[in-house]
Amino acid sequence: METSRPRLRFVKTDNPPVWVRPLIPVLALVVTFILTSGLIIWASASPFETYYHFLISPLTTRVSALEILVKATPLMLTGAAVTFAFAAGYYNIGAEGQLFAGAIAAAGLGVAMKEIPAVITIPSIVIAGFAAGMAWAAIPALLKVKLQVDEVVTTLLLNSVMGFIVSALLNGPWRDPNSGWPQSPEIGASAIFFKLIPRSRLNLGFVIGLLVILVLWFVLTRTSFGLKMRAVGLGKPAARFAGIHVGRTTLIAALVSGGIAGIAGVAEVAGIQYHLIGDLSAGYGYTGIIIATLGSLNAVGVFIASLFFGLVDAGAQTVSRVLGVPVYLGEITQATMLLVALGFFLLQRYRLRRM
Amino acid sequence: MYIVDMLGITKTFGELVANDNVDFQLRKGEIHALLGENGAGKTTLMRILYGLYRPDTGVIKVGEQPVEIHSPKDAIANGIGMVTQHFALVPPLSVAENVVLGNTDGFVVNRAAIEEKVGAAARRFGIEIDPKALVRHLAVGQRQRVEILKALYRNARVLILDEPTAVLVPQEVDALFETLNRLKADGLSVIFISHKLHEVTQITDRVTVLRDGKLIGTVDTSGISQSQLAAMMVGRETFGVTRKGEQHEQQPVTLRIQNLCAKNDQGMLALTNICIDVKAGEILGIAGVGGNGQKELAETLCGVRDCASGSIQLEGKELIGKTPAGFTQAGVGRIPEDRHEGMVGDLTVTENLALEHLNEYTRSGVLDHKATRRQAEELIHQFQIKARPNDPVRTLSGGNMQKVLLARVLSRNPKAVIVPQPTRGLDVGATDYVRQQLLEQRDRGAAVLLISEDLDEILALSDRIAVIYEGEIVGILPAAEATPERLGLLMSGAIKEH
Repeated sequence: METSRPRLRFVKTDNPPVWVRPLIPVLALVVTFILTSGLIIWASASPFETYYHFLISPLTTRVSALEILVKATPLMLTGAAVTFAFAAGYYNIGAEGQLFAGAIAAAGLGVAMKEIPAVITIPSIVIAGFAAGMAWAAIPALLKVKLQVDEVVTTLLLNSVMGFIVSALLNGPWRDPNSGWPQSPEIGASAIFFKLIPRSRLNLGFVIGLLVILVLWFVLTRTSFGLKMRAVGLGKPAARFAGIHVGRTTLIAALVSGGIAGIAGVAEVAGIQYHLIGDLSAGYGYTGIIIATLGSLNAVGVFIASLFFGLVDAGAQTVSRVLGVPVYLGEITQATMLLVALGFFLLQRYRLRRM
Repeated sequence: MYIVDMLGITKTFGELVANDNVDFQLRKGEIHALLGENGAGKTTLMRILYGLYRPDTGVIKVGEQPVEIHSPKDAIANGIGMVTQHFALVPPLSVAENVVLGNTDGFVVNRAAIEEKVGAAARRFGIEIDPKALVRHLAVGQRQRVEILKALYRNARVLILDEPTAVLVPQEVDALFETLNRLKADGLSVIFISHKLHEVTQITDRVTVLRDGKLIGTVDTSGISQSQLAAMMVGRETFGVTRKGEQHEQQPVTLRIQNLCAKNDQGMLALTNICIDVKAGEILGIAGVGGNGQKELAETLCGVRDCASGSIQLEGKELIGKTPAGFTQAGVGRIPEDRHEGMVGDLTVTENLALEHLNEYTRSGVLDHKATRRQAEELIHQFQIKARPNDPVRTLSGGNMQKVLLARVLSRNPKAVIVPQPTRGLDVGATDYVRQQLLEQRDRGAAVLLISEDLDEILALSDRIAVIYEGEIVGILPAAEATPERLGLLMSGAIKEH
């Protein structure tokens, strides 16, 4: 027989106490702070000062506070896109490529519809961007539903394919004839998203992002399609048994997800850049995965997570300007934050018990 | 002299007594069957011998010496090897590599040398296998041979085979028996876990029968008939909720299944020409030992498994080709076999209850939360479910989960009800409740098809009993004629009446 000395063991529990959930972001922040402090000190800055500029100072001026919303706009959209797919158990890693598909549509139509009034042009490019993202997402979605090809691989690889398509366009037919830069010609004034607040970069894209978040919330929580999606995502066999068309539901979720990512591309072209350029997206499609995960696949969570990431993005620029530390510190913080938060999500399902 | 002595073995899992003071003695050079129904405690006893479980009480002796077996490693050191139903082989590796895996001498593996050694061992034990072949290219029977060779290579003198024929085709069974007889002639002892009577009488020297965790007896195979063994294996009295009153004669057939054939997940034919009529107001029980096609039958009748051929008619209307939702709409009450897979654990009780009939709660795409909530409250009350509407289903006990499933289906008054293993894993109270509900469905006039591995349940509830064996219905008899002996013979494939 074994000796009976007491040992601490991790035991899985089904129901983490309710007070754990709100503690996670706070704890994640504290642990992230501790983990990144070493790096900050190494970059010869004070951790507290750095975190002040990261998280507090962007909120102190009007300009930088608006910039948080600008930075949050594409993240709200890609976060919503990824959430829509993940909720249905379809792991769309291809929001980045779908974003560019939407951007191509916006850049093309934005030039072609120069002479047409904005009331028509703006809805047209949004719809076209949605359709383009959907079309690009249709390839892996159909492969998944018809042939059971793993979507993680196909959506991810198609991002690279899209990268080459964009590059081919910008170095070929769409190269700017005036400057010779690898960027598409500027879109017409009628296609440009109007500013919400003068002398800022905040534009119509933010409103569209909010609307999409609202629609996401409504579909997931209020419609029977949302329930079907969640049933498929959480238990395919049970959903199938209950008579839900698993394939059809997955397909629709995947296509809508691609469409929303496409709108993110439209918002960047029509709201910020006015051209299609190679680095239109700072990995928004991938950050969307982080946002969706941290937001635990619900609309409110996605909204809060994208604002927080917008804050860290804006803060990273302030920090590097004020303290002269590399702007990459912001990315390191984001990445650390994600890992720590995921760790906490995992750990909340366990409790320590004396055996 | 006994090579293995297990004396007074008791093993409990929570409240379940899996082995109750069981004695088991194995002679040198014999093939010894361990016979019993599902859940009789055969596998538990052998897992104890192989060090996978520790007994609560009891003594194990190997070669008359008391031993402590804490792990399979200890078992192997004591010359005991076990081949389970699920092989522990690495498909991309060769036979020789699989055999020596975990039993190599140094750091470097000399491929030629181990192939030579494994080849020599295979010849010595008369096991036909190419040591260079990759395991993923081998048929199931050959893989089993690799597992046996693996045990023998580690100098096993006692070989435990857990239902070794369950995965084999008849020719492979013959080859296995040849191998076993040769090993016996070499002085090895084999423990053969089975519930197939003809195999037991064909290959073994002695039989130990377990029932409900208790030892019923150990007998010489030569001195006993298959009927006697069948009676030892299943004979018992029924208890709890039982059917009362005879069914009315001349009821119309509600569910007609004709020449139904279907394949299992491996693409092998799992159901062959199933023909069953279930009348209105009767419970037809399908008895059989697990793994004889019950799962495939239930899934096909629930519309979630494609059938290869045949027909399923509900009141004359063909169901084949319909979607699962189509089955429900036609009036089939479908209850999933695995209640954990049949419900979405992370969704709430309310959502799971609404899932099968979402259209009724939807107005232009929007889900009527009030209506689903109201329905959930009603059903929770009506079916005495101990849960709140917003509890995630995964937090419910097994009995309450089953009640949620019953509520979802039975509240619709289906014309036919398909219930596979409805009380598996439930406690006595929940079991009685579920059985009572099924009887109420019968009295209401529904055609109830009860598929169960629990013979008590079949005997207590069924008006007629069909026995399934290797994917075929081998007999259909009225409850009054169903003696345990006759059922036992049918269930173990000894006779065929259909």
